Amino acid sequence: MSPVPVVDAHLVVDRGAFRLDLPLRIDAGEVVALLGPNGAGKTTALRALAGLQPLSAGHLALAGQPVDRPDRDLWTPPERRPIGVVFQDHLLFPHLSALDNVAFGPRRHGADRRTARRRAADWLDRVGLGDRARSRPRQLSGGQAQRVALARALAVDPVLLLLDEPLAALDARTRLDTRAELLRHLGDHPGATLLVTHDPLDALVLADRLVIVEDGRVVQDGDAADITARPRTDYVARLVGLNLYRGTADGRRVRVGDGLTLTVADPLHGDAFVAFPPSAVALHPSRPDGSPRNAWAAVIAGLQRHGDNLRVQLDGPITVAADVTPSAAAHLDLVPGRSVWAAVKAAETRAYPA
Amino acid sequence: MTSAEAPTAARGGPPRRRRAQRVPAALLVPALAGLLFLVLPLAGLVVRAPWASLPQRLTEPGALTALRLSVQTATVATLVCLLLGVPLAWLLARARFPGRRLVRALVTVPLVLPPVVGGVALLLVFGRRGLLGGWLDATFGFTLPFTTTGVVVAEAFVAMPFLVIAVEGALRGADTRYEEAAATLGAGRWTTFTHVTLPLVAPGVAAGAVLCWARALGEFGATITFAGNYPGVTQTMPLAVYQTIEGGDLDGAVVLSLVLLTVSVAILAGLRDKWITSA
Repeated sequence: MSPVPVVDAHLVVDRGAFRLDLPLRIDAGEVVALLGPNGAGKTTALRALAGLQPLSAGHLALAGQPVDRPDRDLWTPPERRPIGVVFQDHLLFPHLSALDNVAFGPRRHGADRRTARRRAADWLDRVGLGDRARSRPRQLSGGQAQRVALARALAVDPVLLLLDEPLAALDARTRLDTRAELLRHLGDHPGATLLVTHDPLDALVLADRLVIVEDGRVVQDGDAADITARPRTDYVARLVGLNLYRGTADGRRVRVGDGLTLTVADPLHGDAFVAFPPSAVALHPSRPDGSPRNAWAAVIAGLQRHGDNLRVQLDGPITVAADVTPSAAAHLDLVPGRSVWAAVKAAETRAYPA
Repeated sequence: MTSAEAPTAARGGPPRRRRAQRVPAALLVPALAGLLFLVLPLAGLVVRAPWASLPQRLTEPGALTALRLSVQTATVATLVCLLLGVPLAWLLARARFPGRRLVRALVTVPLVLPPVVGGVALLLVFGRRGLLGGWLDATFGFTLPFTTTGVVVAEAFVAMPFLVIAVEGALRGADTRYEEAAATLGAGRWTTFTHVTLPLVAPGVAAGAVLCWARALGEFGATITFAGNYPGVTQTMPLAVYQTIEGGDLDGAVVLSLVLLTVSVAILAGLRDKWITSA
């Protein structure tokens, strides 16, 4: 790819007690998802990139051009940045037709009316809405409006495309279709893309790389395989459905607190994470003998349906989620408050340095 | 009473005809009295009108001249208010500057100021010996008081707060994220204002303009103080009505009032259908 990244930034925004401190680099053609819980600062980061929120410190360069340098009193307003933004609830101008909404950007970038409309019509065709050109936004369904909003953002040929929770306002079925549509267009987009979302599925499907933010800071950065295999915070572990513990490793044994030491497959030393899926946890009415060396006494804290299985929340030296089949659950007579033994095979754990 | 009924219906009893909501007498009686109070004088005008001599009186040149002058000055005053008032409303709603609360309070002063006092104030500023009027007269040989332009000035002074308040309210209610979306598409602040903000608040601007026009059409106190009462030059309909009744011609005053009433109601009703209800 090009040696100069499209986004080269260290975004620092102070807002009262909250501080966003986010280094970010996105190459051309790369799709990066900014994933995090509500209030983590994802949208603030997007607004800082768009110029809707000035930086308090740090720097931002787009395609090699500095656009925000608080230390040098340099700030470029949004209308002079090479960006396109898709907002959560599309924000199509209600008084303009779909066509004129898409033509709005090209017009502002100097195209004459006819050229702008032709380009808008092209883009509406590309998102499969050529026949809705004359419709007003309120006549479009949620999914259609979001596709028009995507066309509107792409019609200015942005170097950086910003998507702010583009699927959050849609119902489940529409979300599936629109996500597929989005994936196609993000693949074609030659510039960089930043996707802000709190939905891990959006991030895993659409992005090449995930940047996970919590409380204004990056907690993990990597591709989907790396993040799903090696979560580093409870939030990420919950997102990808793993039990995660932090402890101290000494060879194949990792001490995870309160006297419990887990035997793991991967030898390492020092601060370490241990992760295993709920399906790897077996429950026994009494202390199991035999192969699983990791076994501890636990108390059932709660039960809930999880797909075809039952997810059991366990208290004890560590809190654990365990998935058991309904027949196993019936056999074990699982009720909250009951004491059981939990066991995990070393081969089903994954340990990595913290 | 009625609120106690709703849950019963919601509980899924047999469908029954919805009973007319009972209105408490303590509200109904004063409400009807209020309605009567508002409508009765207007009905009085209609009843008391000299219908037989109406066509002849309507075609009298004085009446038509005053009517034309009224409609023209009110319309020009409204245009002036739009030109100055919409940017002022934008400033109050969007810009942040020290003393904004004070400015907003000042804008509303003409609302509560007796119009006659407004007229006196205008004279002190724009009169031939006023603060600005003297300079205008000496430099350009241009005088405002007792001219048709003076009528427009008096009407605009009294009516502009109505427009500013209506438009400012509309701007505050408008979603500023549309303006942000426009900025990310390359629109500068002026283009955003003309292409996004104004269309979004158009119903509010229209409502404000209608209020403003109605207020200007009925303007009396500031006009007679600042512009005088010269037929054909500064005598608008309200002034003509006043002069006619002063001259003892009650029938004439009734006719003029009826005309003013008809014109304003017709125009307001027309605009209302076209603009306000579409909001």
